[in-house]
Amino acid sequence: MIKISVQKSDFDAGLEISKLSELGGGAVSSFVGQVRGDKQLQALELEYYPAMTEKALREIAKQATGKWPIHGLVIIHRVGRMAIGDQIVLTGVCSDHRHAAISACSFLMDQLKTVAPFWKKEIMSDGVEKWVDERQSDIDAAQNWRN
Amino acid sequence: MTTELNIVYFAWVRERLGRDEEVVHLPDTVTTIGQLVTHLQSLGTVYSEIFEDVGKLRFALDQEFVSLDHCLQGAKELAIFPPVTGG
Repeated sequence: MIKISVQKSDFDAGLEISKLSELGGGAVSSFVGQVRGDKQLQALELEYYPAMTEKALREIAKQATGKWPIHGLVIIHRVGRMAIGDQIVLTGVCSDHRHAAISACSFLMDQLKTVAPFWKKEIMSDGVEKWVDERQSDIDAAQNWRN
Repeated sequence: MTTELNIVYFAWVRERLGRDEEVVHLPDTVTTIGQLVTHLQSLGTVYSEIFEDVGKLRFALDQEFVSLDHCLQGAKELAIFPPVTGG
C-alpha cells in the first residue's frame, strides 16, 4: 500500500497510522511536521507545482521501497495557508522491524525536503512576508543517504 | 526543433515577475537551459535581475530536475523556481 496525497485539507494522523498498523508488519513509524510558533510568525503559505509534486513524492516512495522491505507507506503534504500548530506533513511506514520502519520514515522526510517542489512563505504578525530559504542541514541530511 | 516553450514560475520568481507562466519563442541560438537563461536576461530589467544569479534557481524540464547544460529540444514545459522548502 502506497498512499501519496497533496491536499489543502487537514489530515487525521491517527487514522493513517491505524491503516498502516492493519498491514500486518511488526513496526510502524511515523512523523508529523507542524507549523512552528517562533519569531513573530502568524501563518505559513505553502505553494507547490501541481504537475510535478505528486510525481516527485511517488519517486521518493519508490526509492524507499527499493531500500527497505516495506508493507506500506503514506506521505501526506498540505498546501495553502496554515496557522501556528497546524499539521503540514505526515510520513508513515509499516515494516517488519523497527530499524527499517524508522529509517524509511526518516528517508522519506529527508528526500521530500530537498526534491519535492513545495515552497514555504512566512507571514509575520506585522504583515511582512518572506520566502523561506533552503537550509544546508536539509541538503546534508538528504545527501547522507547516498553515502 | 522547439521554437516555443511554456515556462512556469513559482514562489518569489513568480511574484517578482508578476506572472505564473508565459510562452517564450526560442531564437535558433538557444538550445540549452543555460542559453535560455541568457536569453531571458535580455527581456527586461526585472528579468535581468531575477536571472542574474542562476545559483539561486532550480530548473525542471517536463517535471524533471535538470542542470543548465541540459538540452531543451522536444520539451513542452520548463519550470523555474527557487530551491524547494517543503516538509
